[in-house]
This record gives sequence, C-alpha cells and structure tokens, in this order.
Amino acid sequence: MLERRAAMATLLANRRDDLFLVPGLGSTTWDAVAAGDDDRNFYLWGAMGGAVMIGLGLALAQPKLRVAVITGDGEMLMGMGSLATVGVQQPANLAIVVFDNGYYGETGMQASHTRGGVDLLEVARGCGIERILDVQDEAGLRELAGLIGTCDRTLFARVAIAADDPPRVLPIRDGVEIKDRVRRAVEAAG
Amino acid sequence: MNAAGYGFGRENSLTAPLKSEIGWPDRLFEVLKTSGIRQVGYVPDAGHARLIERCKADPDILDVVLTTEEEGIALAAGAWLGGQRAALLMQSSGVGNCINMLSLIRTCRFPMLMLVTMRGEWEEFNPWQVPMGSIVEPTLKLCDAHVSRVETPEKVADTVQAAVQLAFGDDRACAVLLSQKLIGAKVWVK
Repeated sequence: MLERRAAMATLLANRRDDLFLVPGLGSTTWDAVAAGDDDRNFYLWGAMGGAVMIGLGLALAQPKLRVAVITGDGEMLMGMGSLATVGVQQPANLAIVVFDNGYYGETGMQASHTRGGVDLLEVARGCGIERILDVQDEAGLRELAGLIGTCDRTLFARVAIAADDPPRVLPIRDGVEIKDRVRRAVEAAG
Repeated sequence: MNAAGYGFGRENSLTAPLKSEIGWPDRLFEVLKTSGIRQVGYVPDAGHARLIERCKADPDILDVVLTTEEEGIALAAGAWLGGQRAALLMQSSGVGNCINMLSLIRTCRFPMLMLVTMRGEWEEFNPWQVPMGSIVEPTLKLCDAHVSRVETPEKVADTVQAAVQLAFGDDRACAVLLSQKLIGAKVWVK
C-alpha cells in the first residue's frame, strides 16, 4: 500500500513541461496541491464523475501535449462509462490513474465498491484500454511516473493507496481562474 | 436501433449531399463547421442521425460517442481548456442526465453549446418520454443555460448561429431545443 501524498509527489517529481493534470474531486485534488500548485492543474471542486472526460476533451484537443487524469476510486466509479468512451477514442496522450484506497474520503471514509469486489483494472481492460498497470509498490510507481510522460497509447493504472486521510491542502476555489490558468498554460505550451 | 450508425452504410452519400437533399440537419452542420466546432459529443439519437453522420464523415470534426450525456458536458469543458470548441447533441431525456455536470459550466464559465431534439411533446406515442420532455426548458434555465426553441426548418440555422454567438461570446451554456415537429413522430409499427 502506498501513501497518497508521497505517491502523487513521486508521479509529479520530474514533471515534463507538457504534462497537464486533471485531478478528481476530493482527495486527489488536495494531493495535487500538496505536491505543488501549478497552472497546468485543472483542480476539481465538483463535477464528480467528470475527471476522465475533461481529460479526454483536453487530450483530443491537444494531441501534442500529455494529459494525466489522477482521480480516486469513488470519482472513477461515478464516471465508469467514460472509460468506455475513452476505449473508443484511444488517445495516445492520455493516462488515467486511479488512487484506489477503497473508501470515499470526502464523506467520512465509507467503503467504496472496490472494497466490495469491483476491479477497476478489469473494467478498463474490458473497455478496450490495452496498457494496464497495477501499481502496488514504489518500483511500480516509478515505472508509472515514466510512462505518464512517454506512453504511446492510452494508459490506465490503479495505484493501491493506504486508507489514510491526511489533512486537506486546498487550491484556489474560483473556477474561472482555475480554467483561465490552464488555458493560458496550454497556449504557452502549444 | 442503430439510427445514428457506427460507420455502417450510406457513407458515400454523406460528403456531397445533393442540393435537393439538403435539409435542416445539413444546414445545421454547416453552422457548426463555420463556427469552428471541432469536437462533437453525442449519444446515438434518431433525430440527430443525419447531423451525426455528417460529423462522422468530416475529417476536421472529432465525433465522440458517449455512454451518457453528462460525459459530453465534461468533454466540452476539456476541449475548451485545450482551445477547441465543442458541441453536445442529445435528446430531451439526456438533459436530465446533465444537471450536476452543468455546475462545471456555470462555476468556471465554460462555453457550452447543446442541441436538443425534443421528445414527449407533439404526437408522442411513448408516454415515458413526457415527464422529462415537459421539463427540459425550465430545467435548463434553472441550470443557468440560455434556451431557444425552433419549430420550423428554415429557422434552425439562424437560431443555432445565435446560440453559438452567445455560448462562445459570453462563455455560458446555451441550448437550442429542436421541436418534435421538425423530426416527426417516431414510427412504432412498421
């Protein structure tokens, strides 16, 4: 089991200039800010179930940039159909990473479906995503960190995350500013 | 069943429709083209079948088949982050699926163009279409979307053009409701 803040820091440690991040509503957004605020992060304070589709829209619009969606198991479960949509599109520049701790952190750590036997890796595989990674340890995490920047096809990774609930680190809340920052960063990178 | 098609049949007639065949979906398609729409999200729909076919046949438009309409809201947001304009095609029942995701549009002031084919009104055979169809307009307005409605084929292009101007000029959600009179009643017994 990996600690969530350290896992996010490892994935973003040697972040490429062209890597844009969509963290999901809740803990993964707090994890992303804790790793360092960045104009290339599209933080989500809502829109649960939408992280993968936001990442897909961005990845399709900017095929020369890299897009990573790093979200939690609860957020992913709400948008599970979007894995089917991604499976049809297969953008080479999109990586979907699920921090799977088996709990809904924001609402008080209630068990999620992944604790009840649902396997998101099998869901992704069944949706036609071929590059699948089951990350259980530091070595796996480092491999994933490299692949996020270099993989030549759609990637789906599940990261086994310990069920702790670290103190919140909050990003800006102004949605217009969050959006405009990312758009300016895309223009600068593109 | 497969009214929208997944690349089957009739492809050859799509790129150059005969002048006599040009109807409102073709004129609507031209508005999308001249407006620079580059991504089109849709759930297969009989009323939008022709427009979807045109989008699929156009190399400059990415057609993204969705499992549920709310995916299309998040897709359009992601596309806009990447500097592309998107549109969402759906049936009236799909509006209900979009409600929470429209928070993303309002909070971040994303432009959002929605083209809605209406069911549950004129000559509807299926009473199950009526509950959602009858509340589409107030629902969208409560979600802070601008709503316009078209009853006649000759007004489709102008109305959609105005919605494009408002959506992308004012960074807001705009929906055009395409009356069931435009589409005709669904044939149930063949």
